[in-house]
Amino acid sequence: MSVLPRGRRGAAAAALLAAGLLTATAACGGGGSDGKAGGAATAKGKDKVTLTFWDWDPNIDKVVAKWNAGHPDIQVKLSNPAGGDQLVAKMITAHEAKNGPDIAKVEYQSLPALVSKGVVADITQWTKDTVTKYDDATLKSTVFQGKVYGVPQDVAPLMFFYRTDLFAKYGLSVPKTWDDFAAEAKTVRSKAPSAYLTNFDAADPGWFTGLAQQAGANWWTTSGDSWKVDIADAPTKKVAGYWQGLVDEGSIAKNPSFSPQWNKQMNDGTLLGWISGAWAPAQLGGIAPATKGKWAVAPLPAWTAGDPATGIWGGSATTVTTDSHHPEQAAQFASWLNTDDAAVTEQVRQINVYPAATAGRSLPVLAAPPAFFPNQPDFYAEVKKVAPAARSFPMWGPDVTVTFTGYTDGFGKALQSGGSFTGALDSMQSATVADMKKLGFTVG
Amino acid sequence: MARTTTNRRRTGGFPYLLVLPAVTLFAAFVVAPGGYALLLSFQRRKVNGGLLGGGTHTVFAGLANYRDVLGDSQLWSGVLRMLALGAVTVPATVLFALLFAVLLDLERTRLKRVTRLTIFLPYAVPGVIASLMWGFLYLPATSPIGGDHVDFFGQVAVYFSVGNVAVWGAVGFNMIVIYTALRALPPELFESARLDGASERQIVLRIKVPMVMPAVVMCTLFTVLAALQVFNEPNTLKPLSNAVSSTWVPLMKIYDDAFGNSDIYSAAATSVVLTAAALAVSFVTARIVSSRVQQEAA
Repeated sequence: MSVLPRGRRGAAAAALLAAGLLTATAACGGGGSDGKAGGAATAKGKDKVTLTFWDWDPNIDKVVAKWNAGHPDIQVKLSNPAGGDQLVAKMITAHEAKNGPDIAKVEYQSLPALVSKGVVADITQWTKDTVTKYDDATLKSTVFQGKVYGVPQDVAPLMFFYRTDLFAKYGLSVPKTWDDFAAEAKTVRSKAPSAYLTNFDAADPGWFTGLAQQAGANWWTTSGDSWKVDIADAPTKKVAGYWQGLVDEGSIAKNPSFSPQWNKQMNDGTLLGWISGAWAPAQLGGIAPATKGKWAVAPLPAWTAGDPATGIWGGSATTVTTDSHHPEQAAQFASWLNTDDAAVTEQVRQINVYPAATAGRSLPVLAAPPAFFPNQPDFYAEVKKVAPAARSFPMWGPDVTVTFTGYTDGFGKALQSGGSFTGALDSMQSATVADMKKLGFTVG
Repeated sequence: MARTTTNRRRTGGFPYLLVLPAVTLFAAFVVAPGGYALLLSFQRRKVNGGLLGGGTHTVFAGLANYRDVLGDSQLWSGVLRMLALGAVTVPATVLFALLFAVLLDLERTRLKRVTRLTIFLPYAVPGVIASLMWGFLYLPATSPIGGDHVDFFGQVAVYFSVGNVAVWGAVGFNMIVIYTALRALPPELFESARLDGASERQIVLRIKVPMVMPAVVMCTLFTVLAALQVFNEPNTLKPLSNAVSSTWVPLMKIYDDAFGNSDIYSAAATSVVLTAAALAVSFVTARIVSSRVQQEAA
């Protein structure tokens, strides 16, 4: 090892490094790691069809098992290659290699991007009945220009989760308006200097997007075939300014959510509240196991007292891909999964989803609270109350990942070095527009 | 003469056969993907039209991707951060490795084997695991080393925090390289130096260190190359704080383009640019270094 490193040796090392870098990138274009079992299996018999299904919900296998038991001719094979945005990346790669799954779970904000890349199929002709089981507001997330691209699974209105025990201890009442919220954030700091009402999360854009929606933001609008992008619009700036104020005066914490730091703070009572989607109970068990039965849900504080409007954080649809050889059967499964009473009941029980289907919201299973909230028997009644007033953008843009990366980087930087939140919004706007133009969309 | 010729003729194809596996693997896993990346870097994706695009097709983009890459302020900020990080990690790694190697080589040092193994051990810990563990040590809520008093993710501190993880993982390997070089030196040298009245310190500074310079230089080169490729540590620490952005260093930018934004074309172009830069740096470093060493040897 102690040989003299001649120029050659260094050059060779450099060449290897260079090749390695190039190879790493090329591998990205390679293809999905997960092969598709469907194609080969289905070629054998005309009647029996095997569909592959990508979904990251914990316990979804139990729901799929129900379907498989009742449909011997259409068997669904579940796999969980990744979750959320990572699954979107995997779907795009798999589509390039023409070996995508038949069915996949897709979050609403990613759907237009996947449609634009030709990954998700138009299933209008097989879902004529299915769409009648949803209200128009919900369908807006999966029906674009009259074509159905997915069957909605759940909706997650943005709500305020708070620690009932600590609210009682510090004499706080549930904030009705954002003014109350700001005042209480200060009160918490004075009564318990180590505690915070909540944190400003720059890592996950979902909650901030929901807050912007509540305030009336329309980040993307369309007319005909052209897009209008307005991420730094007045309602969003209002929201950003409000939170900037709280951060600047030190009223709230500013570390990212879903980090070890945050988990600990949620568990030990440093954080008293969490602005989150209706799916929070399923997550809290993992985040803060010591706090079972100590949380309750309330409507999100309003900008003007009595206004029920809220935003949405998350929510997904079950989609069929353009690679599927059996789109009809795949669409049939997607419809069953999200509109059949037994399937939806199982989903509520196993995954704590709040159903997107209209009838699903009145299922008897929703009379019982999620396991982590035994203290709040009317949990789902609270969610049901706010769900009709939950608004999303008219449509999600086709390159939301760019916008979301812009959020994480821009707001993270603002928190780190004291920059302005509205400046971060401006850079999100310009990055999003630049990327859409680069892809060839018409941006008006 | 005649015999040599026949020998040569007989073995003519054999050497090629011997290198065939290596060449095949190199061609399949390095040249071909590299060439594909180069090809990708001249393309870009366009939607077919309509509001939702209606599918996409790839078009020849000429040098447009390269123009975008070179004009991208995020990339250049990333390069600056990479250099700042390198300014921390490269000297620290090499100096600590040299220091430990020299100390281990001293005769009066005790518990050599245990110490050597202990210093080497972190190298065996995967970078991602090490970063996660350090992350827990840094975070105020979980830190046993004073994270609630010191902000390990502060604007300047973050370079040392990230660099620390890299140094911790790399010192052991480099120490072994230098230590092996030290052990290979003939002991008579030190004996005669001692007879001439040289102190232990003089032996280290005047004899040992200059004589293992080639090994130190090689370690430096490898550490520089590692610094150019820094990715694991900042990428793993990213979700823990607001300090590390998704384009913090160039490789993170490539990763984000390829997997976050599904734009493998920009990622390929950035890779090509970075590769060219890395090659240039390596050539220059290797050239300077080898001429230095030769001068000193002469």
